[in-house]
Amino acid sequence: MKPFQYVRPTRLKDAIEAVASDPNARYIAGGTNLIDLMKRGIDSSEKLVDINGLPLKKIEKRNGFLRIGALALNSQVAQHKLVLENHPLLAQALNAGASGQLRNMATVGGNILQRTRCPYFYDPVFPCNKRKPGAGCGALEGINRTHAIFGVSKNDPTQSCIAVHPSDFCVALSALDATVVAVGIQGERRIPFSNFHRLPENRPDLDTNLEKGELIVAVEIPDAVFTKHIHYLKIRDRASYAFALVSVATALDLENNRIKSARLALGGVAHKPWRLLEVEKSLVGQPVSEATFRKAAELAMQGAKAFEHNTYKLTLTPNAIIQALKNAVALV
Amino acid sequence: MSNANLPEPSLDRVDGRLKVTGTATYSAEYQFKNLAHAVLVTSKIAKGRITGLDSKLAEAAPGVLAVISHLNSPGVPGYPSVKQPAERAPIGTAFRVFYDDFVYFSGQPVAVVVAQTLEQARHAASLVQVNYQTEKHETDFEANLAKAAVAQSVQRNKTSPFQDYDRGNPDAIKTAEVKLESTYVFPTQHHQPLEPHAIIAVWEADDKLTIYDKNQGVKSAQGNLASTFKLPRENVQVNSPFIGGAFGSGIRVWPHTIAAVLAAKKVKRPVKLVLGRELMQTSVGSRPFTVQKLAIGASKDGLLTAITHEGIGQTSTYEEHLERTILATRAMYACPNVSTRYRLLNLDVNTPTWMRGPGDATGMFALESALDEMAHELKIDPLEFRIRNHADRDPERNLPWSAKSLKECYRIGADQFGWNKRTLEPRSMERNGLLVGYGMASSLYGFHRHPSKAKAIMLADGSVVVQSATMDIGPGTGTAMTQIAAKMLGVTPQKIRFDLGDSSLPDAPGQNGSATITSVGSAVHVACESLKKKLLALAAAMPGSPLANSRFEDITAKTGRIFPIANPSAGISYSEILKYHRLPQVEVTEESKPGPERDQYSMYSFGCHFVEVQVNPLTFEVRVTRVVTCADVGKIINYKTARSQSIGGIVGGIGMALMEESVMDHRFGRYVNTDFAGYHIPVHADIPQIEVYYVDQPDVYVNPIGSKGLGEIAIVGVAAAVANAVFHATGKRVRQLPITVDKLV
Ligand SMILES: Cc1cc2nc3c(=O)[nH]c(=O)nc-3n(C[C@H](O)[C@H](O)[C@H](O)COP(=O)(O)OP(=O)(O)OC[C@H]3O[C@@H](n4cnc5c(N)ncnc54)[C@H](O)[C@@H]3O)c2cc1C
Repeated sequence: MKPFQYVRPTRLKDAIEAVASDPNARYIAGGTNLIDLMKRGIDSSEKLVDINGLPLKKIEKRNGFLRIGALALNSQVAQHKLVLENHPLLAQALNAGASGQLRNMATVGGNILQRTRCPYFYDPVFPCNKRKPGAGCGALEGINRTHAIFGVSKNDPTQSCIAVHPSDFCVALSALDATVVAVGIQGERRIPFSNFHRLPENRPDLDTNLEKGELIVAVEIPDAVFTKHIHYLKIRDRASYAFALVSVATALDLENNRIKSARLALGGVAHKPWRLLEVEKSLVGQPVSEATFRKAAELAMQGAKAFEHNTYKLTLTPNAIIQALKNAVALV
Repeated sequence: MSNANLPEPSLDRVDGRLKVTGTATYSAEYQFKNLAHAVLVTSKIAKGRITGLDSKLAEAAPGVLAVISHLNSPGVPGYPSVKQPAERAPIGTAFRVFYDDFVYFSGQPVAVVVAQTLEQARHAASLVQVNYQTEKHETDFEANLAKAAVAQSVQRNKTSPFQDYDRGNPDAIKTAEVKLESTYVFPTQHHQPLEPHAIIAVWEADDKLTIYDKNQGVKSAQGNLASTFKLPRENVQVNSPFIGGAFGSGIRVWPHTIAAVLAAKKVKRPVKLVLGRELMQTSVGSRPFTVQKLAIGASKDGLLTAITHEGIGQTSTYEEHLERTILATRAMYACPNVSTRYRLLNLDVNTPTWMRGPGDATGMFALESALDEMAHELKIDPLEFRIRNHADRDPERNLPWSAKSLKECYRIGADQFGWNKRTLEPRSMERNGLLVGYGMASSLYGFHRHPSKAKAIMLADGSVVVQSATMDIGPGTGTAMTQIAAKMLGVTPQKIRFDLGDSSLPDAPGQNGSATITSVGSAVHVACESLKKKLLALAAAMPGSPLANSRFEDITAKTGRIFPIANPSAGISYSEILKYHRLPQVEVTEESKPGPERDQYSMYSFGCHFVEVQVNPLTFEVRVTRVVTCADVGKIINYKTARSQSIGGIVGGIGMALMEESVMDHRFGRYVNTDFAGYHIPVHADIPQIEVYYVDQPDVYVNPIGSKGLGEIAIVGVAAAVANAVFHATGKRVRQLPITVDKLV
């Protein structure tokens, strides 16, 4: 861990200027991800700008959407009345993540910006294009049991990255069409969730499209009808407190036992939350049945590509989709 | 039968309050005014030589007191001088710290940085530049299997239990009516106690060392450090009263301990070194990667006719770690023809070590899986198959068992579990759309007892202090010893203090091999008995004593009073005895050790586990939903702590079965899952209701207290019971642990 400077501004503007003006500065919120990265020498920030003094904790209903402040804790969001009433899928996803203690420290902004758990990223002895662009990808021909099966087209070993985004919360945010509200030196902008996280392409070092110094102040989730037939399914190596091998966030709106509208996103399979827009469309108008779900799962797998140790995901992922959809409609 | 789930008037843990309130002091928590902090620099390559080590930047960093490596080590007096030209350490050499430029495994300590604060030391450690000349390493066990060979130490020792063993006709397997052959793969596992290893080293004088250290044996650590640093034994003091779990990782003195002692010598200050979680896999041993080939033959009516069992274990290039992998197979069942082979494979990894149920947990996974496979093949209930092949005598040594109630364990376990509801066919039970499976396995663990001493002191106020240099890595040693002393002396447990974890106390073995109750418990028993006799003699000498002519057999004691059994009102209290004789205290030290009984009887703990799993047929997730375990470990001293041991073993066994594995990328010879997010151990949500039962009958031949070991038998066989349940649920046999989702797809 490098020695670092620490400041704790109380005004948004001061915080943003402090990070925007210094290439080695970084925000810190709950610190549950950043501190680990610093200890292992993966993040070498020289200045930490603690944002916990900023007024960004509010969870409120506004016209047409629910707004969750960037500093709201994962545990607060998961228990909040407005969240449970309007978007229970978010609560399910949050509660599937980490542990009680961590959720009590982790913030909304930090969760969205948490970095991959790829072991090659985590140990500086290994090559990693995300940690050190051009160094190579250790996972490509290494231990890639937990790695991506979607969005990994790049074949150039100096640019490839098959890491997955580890967040559960983000999978639900993606399914629910959330928007990230960010403020930078230039002012505020709204980034649709689908365009927030990136695929690795030729810049695996960049996880998101956030600009240097931009501060997430909130996420907004548009009002929707998905309160009843929802499910967040997380398949992992133990019953709790493990990152997803594959996860599925799904929300359905039903009418006369037919699907009126559907949302579906996957976690643990790509460099970003993997939204399945085509599959959602295909579900509309279909009867609620295992056959419908099977077809959807099959469609979802188009373009999937596995590596040496994660071929099981080619079977597990569609099965998880079927199971999640069944759970959402309580179909045994 | 005794049900450990029923509330029993067991003594609460004597140190329970200290532990849960955070007031028990663990190794890293001792305070020293001028304490310095050490952080290791470890090798990035698995094999080669250090060609350069530049510590200038590190030395110039704020707070740094020293950077020590093979280039400037103050030297370990017990190491031979480096040969010229230098050579790789021959097999049988404990790792030598900062000795020469050879690299034996990735993660090997190559330097240690000492600084005023931990943060400064950690930062400076990242500034040490090490250059290597890399050599081709071999870490891939399965790829190198053909190189496995009989261990050198076994070749030298003709009476080694690891010599090739044949009972009956080694070719019998070929003509068996029914024959199965399978290979079982056991991955490398690490102990991963929640408390990482930690030491504070303090040189009190040039020839006097004190350490506060996490280990499993203060006496063995003392002896090791005394010879390593060429100090008189009594000049090395080891303090380890509280240990936050170890499971075998603390049996040996490891390189980080030596590094801390060297660092303290160099900076002439107390030095603390705590291993980060990322170093736990390469610093304190592992359960070795093991491949086992089993061939098992049976008659159609379900009698075992032949077993051949070959075990190949992983070790380092500089030491041979042998464990019991194939030994259980010789003793477990009545089978006339048994052959075992044991081989080692030297790889560029750190030396493995003993981990809870060493060898037996590994071997019994294979044997008990194979038995299940054979039962399935023969269409016989797996429990019935085991009963049919029950060994009424030890078939290996051809001796009677000192005691064995395995059939009783089977009966209790099966009844409590509801085994009779099991359907024979795999994939034939279901609940709420989930596949349900029942599996079981036997377990055994050899009886170990070592010479042990204990001192028992009666104080003037009638309170008692009992001391022994034994350990408590979690089982509740102090609690059990307090109970043994209380029972013998007739003193309430609240008036007894038991001291342990201090190398200045009377000799005792380290805590391993499930030998603490059996060895130290016996010593405490005899020491207290001898103290009681001494006190009786003193009481008898008092004028008008009602005990004047009492023989020891005719008296008893209760609440601190000693009295004739025939006349309970005529007693004298211990404090009155001491007061009359004007003695501040009366003390005795006694030794207890095994005798010829070991040659007359074969001694084991036995037991069995019954496991229910649910498997999701779509997502392949396995959940253990119920466990019933029953063991015959002789007399139970304390139900509560015993039950906790059994539960801990089951939890460890579930981890072994379903999640634990240290995964190495062989291109680098380096582990990839070096934190708890990657090395999974069970969490609460993985653990169902566990029911624990004991036969609770003293084994009169083993020792004066009739108790046998429990710590390790608790884990032996569990992984097989889970794997067998998974097979019963799914029809899929997984022979390579852990049974993760990807293996069931
Ligand atoms: C053992 C463990 C298990 C875990 N398991 C799971 C799991 O199963 N599922 C899961 O989803 N997550 C899991 N997590 C991750 C956890 O959710 C994240 O660590 C947490 O959400 C990060 O939030 P934080 O506030 O602590 O972020 P920090 O560590 O403070 O920050 C993380 C990053 O976000 C940046 N940042 C923080 N806030 C802002 C903001 N408002 N604007 C701009 N940048 C910002 C920081 O600069 C930093 O780069 C686990 C973590 C641990 C340690």
